[in-house]
Amino acid sequence: MNAVNQALTRTEEIPLSFRGPAPTRSVAGFGFWLFLLSDIVIFGALFAAYAVLSGETAGGPTGAELFDKRHVFIETACLLASSVTCGFALLSAQRTEKLATYFWLAATFALGALFLALETSEFSTMLAAGAGPSRSAFLSSFFALVGTHGLHVSMGLAWLVLMALQIATLGFQPMVSRRLFCFALFWHALDIVWVGVFTIVYLGAH
Amino acid sequence: MEMESIAQGAAPGSNAGTHGSRRSYVVGLGYAVILTLASFWVSSTDLVYPPGVPILLGVLAIAQMGVHLIFFLHISSAPDQANNILALAFGIFVVGLTVFASIIIMSHLNHAMMPMDRLMQMQR
Repeated sequence: MNAVNQALTRTEEIPLSFRGPAPTRSVAGFGFWLFLLSDIVIFGALFAAYAVLSGETAGGPTGAELFDKRHVFIETACLLASSVTCGFALLSAQRTEKLATYFWLAATFALGALFLALETSEFSTMLAAGAGPSRSAFLSSFFALVGTHGLHVSMGLAWLVLMALQIATLGFQPMVSRRLFCFALFWHALDIVWVGVFTIVYLGAH
Repeated sequence: MEMESIAQGAAPGSNAGTHGSRRSYVVGLGYAVILTLASFWVSSTDLVYPPGVPILLGVLAIAQMGVHLIFFLHISSAPDQANNILALAFGIFVVGLTVFASIIIMSHLNHAMMPMDRLMQMQR
């Protein structure tokens, strides 16, 4: 601990211009963080569209009639639990424990897939009831917002499978652990967006 | 590696004390569960004054986003996180501007527009 403290004070004494380029992990992480924020700006635009159009039902069904809160609660629980299992996968990968990493990644995949299945069943019930995106401006913005989030989750699941394959073939190289780290950031960001979705779209339905 | 990251600014999520991180996820989960249950309870109870419900939901959602940022993404006010915080602040600014400006502008336009039935009568 003392050695670490000494190292810290020493690095802080080095002027910024003498420190050389930042490590790849920091640069990659920061770049990916910027991507995530720009992705959240996209969701911000979709949220704005939904907030403006949520009352324009054109005589069609309203949100309060369509949404089932119990259904949404299970979806929220799935995504929240998957966020934690994803964090555990990252920690296991940092300790280079292959089996534990696979286990937590599989748990993350299962919870994410359950979320997607629930969302798909919700969408198909709505479509069958004639409440598709072409019914009203409210439903167009609903499907655009929640559908974009669902699309992100499916891409995340594909990425997760790819990461498991890379760990199997390449092992815990710095490159692979960097990608896994970016995946964890992506997955956590999707959960943050979902907090906005379930609050504004489902609980705020009127 | 750890020394370097402190000197150069850390990436989001790379909490310096990696040994205690499992605890951070569990604590974060605890807070998030409480806030989620509170949100669902607020939206379905009659005990809260109805016009206050959206405000309460908004506060709970912002609190939960904060919990996710701190405990899952490990964003903090540490000096090595200055870049991440600045980028986050800009992101929040742009999102806030887009959402609130859209709502204000569209409600004003809505207010200033002629009712649809009268517009239809004029076209005839």
